[in-house]
Amino acid sequence: MQSQMQFPSGYGSHLPNYSAPSGHYSQVPSKAAASHLDNQYRGSYYPGYYSAPAQNVMTSVGSNVLNAQESQQLYNNTPPHSGGSNDRSVQGAVSSASYSHVSAQQSYSAFDNHYSTSVSSSVASQGFPLNSDHYNMPVVSGAMYPNVSYPSMAAGSVYGQTFTSQSLPAVGQFKETNTFSSQSTSVPHSLQQHVPVGYNTTLSAVSSAQSVPDNLSRNLTGSVAKVNNQINTGMQYGGYVNNQASSAPAPLSSSSDDEEEDEEDEEAALDSSSTTSSASPVPNNYDALEGGGYPETRSVTSSPVPSPSVLQASKASKPFGYGYPALQPGYQNATPPTPVQPSNPGHHPGFQHYPQQYPGVNQLSSSLGGLSLQHSQQPESLRPVNLTHDRNILPVSSVPAPVPNLNSDLRKLNCSPDSFRCTLTNIPQTQALLNKAKLPLGLLLHPFRDLTQLPVITSSTIVRCRSCRTYINPFVSFIDQRRWKCNLCYRVNDVPEEFMYNPLTRSYGEPHKRPEVQNSTVEFIASSDYMLRPPQPAVYLFVLDVSHNAVEAGYLTILCQSLLENLDKLPGDSRTRIGFITFDSTVQFYNLQEGLSQPQMLIVSDIDDIFLPTPDSLLVNLHESKELIKDLLNALPNMFTNTRETHSALGPALQAAFKLMSPTGGRISVFQTQLPSLGAGLLHSREDPNQRSSTKVVQHLGPATDFYKKLALDCSGQQTAVDLFLLSSQYSDLASLACISKYSAGCIYYYPSFHHSHNPAQAEKLQKDLKRYLTRKIGFEAVMRIRCTKGLSIHTFHGNFFVRSTDLLSLANVNPDAGYAVQMSIEESLTDTSLVCFQTALLYTSSKGERRIRVHTLCLPVVSSLSDVYAGADVQAIVCLLANMAVDRSVSSSLADARDALVNAVVDSLAAYMSTASNLQQSMLIAPNSLKLFPLYILALLKQKAFRTGTSTRLDDRVYAMCQMKSQPLVHLMKMIHPNLYRIDKLTDESTIHVNDRVVPQPPLQKLSAEKLTREGAFLMDCGSIFYLWIGKNCDNNFIKDVLGYPNYASVPQKMTQLPEVDAPSSERTRSFISWLRDSRPLSPVLQVIKDENPAKTDFFQHLIEDRTEAAFSYYEFLLNIQQQISKLLPS
Amino acid sequence: MPIITLSDLECDYINARSCCSKLNKWVVPEVIGHAVVTVLMLISLHWFIFLLNLPVATWNIYRYIMVPSGNMGVFDPTEIHNRGQLKSHMKEAMIKLGFHLLCFFMYLYSMILALIND
Repeated sequence: MQSQMQFPSGYGSHLPNYSAPSGHYSQVPSKAAASHLDNQYRGSYYPGYYSAPAQNVMTSVGSNVLNAQESQQLYNNTPPHSGGSNDRSVQGAVSSASYSHVSAQQSYSAFDNHYSTSVSSSVASQGFPLNSDHYNMPVVSGAMYPNVSYPSMAAGSVYGQTFTSQSLPAVGQFKETNTFSSQSTSVPHSLQQHVPVGYNTTLSAVSSAQSVPDNLSRNLTGSVAKVNNQINTGMQYGGYVNNQASSAPAPLSSSSDDEEEDEEDEEAALDSSSTTSSASPVPNNYDALEGGGYPETRSVTSSPVPSPSVLQASKASKPFGYGYPALQPGYQNATPPTPVQPSNPGHHPGFQHYPQQYPGVNQLSSSLGGLSLQHSQQPESLRPVNLTHDRNILPVSSVPAPVPNLNSDLRKLNCSPDSFRCTLTNIPQTQALLNKAKLPLGLLLHPFRDLTQLPVITSSTIVRCRSCRTYINPFVSFIDQRRWKCNLCYRVNDVPEEFMYNPLTRSYGEPHKRPEVQNSTVEFIASSDYMLRPPQPAVYLFVLDVSHNAVEAGYLTILCQSLLENLDKLPGDSRTRIGFITFDSTVQFYNLQEGLSQPQMLIVSDIDDIFLPTPDSLLVNLHESKELIKDLLNALPNMFTNTRETHSALGPALQAAFKLMSPTGGRISVFQTQLPSLGAGLLHSREDPNQRSSTKVVQHLGPATDFYKKLALDCSGQQTAVDLFLLSSQYSDLASLACISKYSAGCIYYYPSFHHSHNPAQAEKLQKDLKRYLTRKIGFEAVMRIRCTKGLSIHTFHGNFFVRSTDLLSLANVNPDAGYAVQMSIEESLTDTSLVCFQTALLYTSSKGERRIRVHTLCLPVVSSLSDVYAGADVQAIVCLLANMAVDRSVSSSLADARDALVNAVVDSLAAYMSTASNLQQSMLIAPNSLKLFPLYILALLKQKAFRTGTSTRLDDRVYAMCQMKSQPLVHLMKMIHPNLYRIDKLTDESTIHVNDRVVPQPPLQKLSAEKLTREGAFLMDCGSIFYLWIGKNCDNNFIKDVLGYPNYASVPQKMTQLPEVDAPSSERTRSFISWLRDSRPLSPVLQVIKDENPAKTDFFQHLIEDRTEAAFSYYEFLLNIQQQISKLLPS
Repeated sequence: MPIITLSDLECDYINARSCCSKLNKWVVPEVIGHAVVTVLMLISLHWFIFLLNLPVATWNIYRYIMVPSGNMGVFDPTEIHNRGQLKSHMKEAMIKLGFHLLCFFMYLYSMILALIND
């Protein structure tokens, strides 16, 4: 119990250090900044305003017509206003002076580049109050460091042994420490007892009774997530606690995020921890001990004592150097690289033959030295699969991401595949080898994903490589205590003084134990070096279509309701600002200035030369004007009920929105329900309905005008993103409209044939999407840079952003649901390295006005043989990258070209594989196990809305599907391409998992084929954004009664979107399964119950991609087709 | 000129937007200028020089016509970093530079020849 006491105290003393980031910003008072902005705004505005003729008509909101006097008043009000602005301008000038000073030093494009090591000392002392104590340390131990000769030292297994000899003095040291230390860890805490300290916080009752290995294996699994749940401030050290308590092989990789992934990782963690604890439990103690005792030893024991421990620690850093020739030999002796496959049973679909009941295999294989992929049995991922014979190639549960063939230490440190995935987990050595493999090389990123565990680092110096600006990461190598070698450009850098101190263990001289070096996903709180201007406040502007069409569709009610509910949950701080613009053939602004009795509507009818009717009261502080905003939101849905205006002046409204936002930047949410028909940016209908099911040419996939693109670039330049919600029943030329979001880093939502009452499924979807949209995290004025090891280069980017320079993506806003993809090529041969790394750094302003940098680093091995390249192929990533490429191809060339290219991708890669494996029979279609799903996924892509031909597809639907492919992260995209089908009428309690005390059944995945649908069953199809629940005609009445709440099949209504809460086991199981599926993704999908005669039936059956349709092959036919093409390619 | 601007972009000295607007400004004058020169050569019956100029002039016109309706000109800032477009633009600029150098000396030679003949 005392150990429990000790931990929080140590922990608590860390927290304040880390929660001091506000200090960075206080230099620029937010008020002054805001007033400066206002001021600038006014200055630019007024001249235009007064010169403008008084042609605007002003009315107040609601039925009350604003009389002339009032409007006069409003005009008269302005002089005092300007007087006020004079007053403020003094203030503004001050702040603007400092502001320009900052910007003068750094050009914006140099944002990410610019870096100065000079740091204000006040900040440093804030972050590290103990620093001063430790600064005298180097005097003592510094002399020792140069003597450390690394290559000669063995790490790993030897580490444990040498350590035990070391541990005796260490124990003594520890005990002495206790007597003197302020931490009051009592002596009875033997080494063994000390280990569980970190873990006890979560499961204290259990752990005290159990032995150490037990504790480790049990608690390592859950503790990460749980510790973090307790501290939900975003500064989460659960991960660290683990690192600190367990030695280097600790399951760092359990930085699990989704609950789904949790499960997988738990398994992995169990395995690794069991080997760890049984093999060498001692290092754990050592680490914990040193963490607690080290600071005091300086004062108690004589100076030579710390140095052995430092030496010891430095050995632990050795694994980071794996792969760099200088360190490799010594390293390989120490820790045998375990083969990928045996140690991760969950990760290989075909691995069921070697079930996970034999954890002994892991220990065995890890104890055998020098096992690598080639030496072990043929890797599972290369097992040839005869595609035409094996009908059941789908795994039982979701397809896992392949694990790079790295040694276990690096693998644990590596970035989670959810955020960062490479199409080839074994990088080919040369471009020639890559060309031979005929597989695309690229990365799929989901950098701003919602994470449950994220180490946040407040440090006055962010350590980066001096030449390539790479952030320090777990894969750098420490040459000695003072220098580290960049893993991207191989430059040798100095370790700054401050980095020597580890705030977690509160020890000195262990740069390799710093959180930056222990986690591949970290977030830094950036100093003012990373700012061009003071961090902007959260600014939200809603631009709403209120033409007749929009009122008819009735989206305003849902939006306003949703906004009212979530007004307090909008991410932001006290500076948050909000505004509204509505438009039909004119543009209406809303004055929400604090102090008004009700919102005032200002109408601008001059849409050819749009201007802002009043400078500063259109975007108002959310908290100060909350009542007015609520009034407006309550009034808006009914304000335009009788409108006869059918035109839509979207372009001018967007221009006005841009003018309104340009001083600050922020987010514009546009709701549009029809083709823009007035003013700049007007569009014409380009779709020919007769061509919808044409098999030949699909035209008009590209934009019709460059107006939206130009405006988007303007917005992007002013840090404003435009999110488009298109709710239309007719053709609205999404291809042109989407540009506004694509290049300003916004997102696009499309609700075809939206109607609030006729189409309840879409209405519910809008409601749910809005809830997520309004409350999700948001990052402002962001830039993202992707760096990779010298020799690799990025040549194409996919996603919603503007590429500002060769590797810098400008993201006005970044949201957690956005995914990105890049294509790479190998420019120089990678023969002299065995590892390559990729690093994405996302610099953004959080909604709380903090400048933060999120860094992900991925490390992958380099291979020289073709079979290894195939062994490491990540089929899901490949398919997603190909989908992105195909979208580009169909816009720049034609849809038919893109389809051919997709088929050729399968044919070429399988042909290349078959020609390497010479012993295979040429008459069969053989794929490596890693690529066995490749043809299936490609067929699914060809039948996807975006690329299908022959089936009637509306142009907007097609373009939207393409937009989704470009901007969705991999997990969502895969569900879109290949939905998951489950049979749910016979859910049992077998093979269930437990999530938060809930029992979740795990039905096996079914093939997407009508042969699997039986009339007796009920099936759930998970398409990512929508669930279809298909009920067979002869479905068991008990199921219908229990789960759907209706007596029989005939009485189930047509439009059912909810499952009733019936108190029956089958209902409970079904609901828990569906809610588990829902919880695993940010958007909660709408459930649609489908009976035979339901119109949505066609949607459901279109997703059964293995079946034949009039226009497309069945899966088997597709395979035969591929086989034919391959036999043409292959000789003999 | 285009080479300098493009290499500036490559080295990250200017951003894609200003680079493209700079370059797009010159596309139309180039097309017109080249077309005029070619027509003049045809009128003055300098067959060899006309044939030399014809493919380049045609390429220029073709390139200008084939710009998709949504793009902001021959050089589009949103696409210039994709699919090695920067490299192909660079290559094209190099070839044109060589061509213009060749033309320059040829014109110079013809001019001197004409002067001597006078």
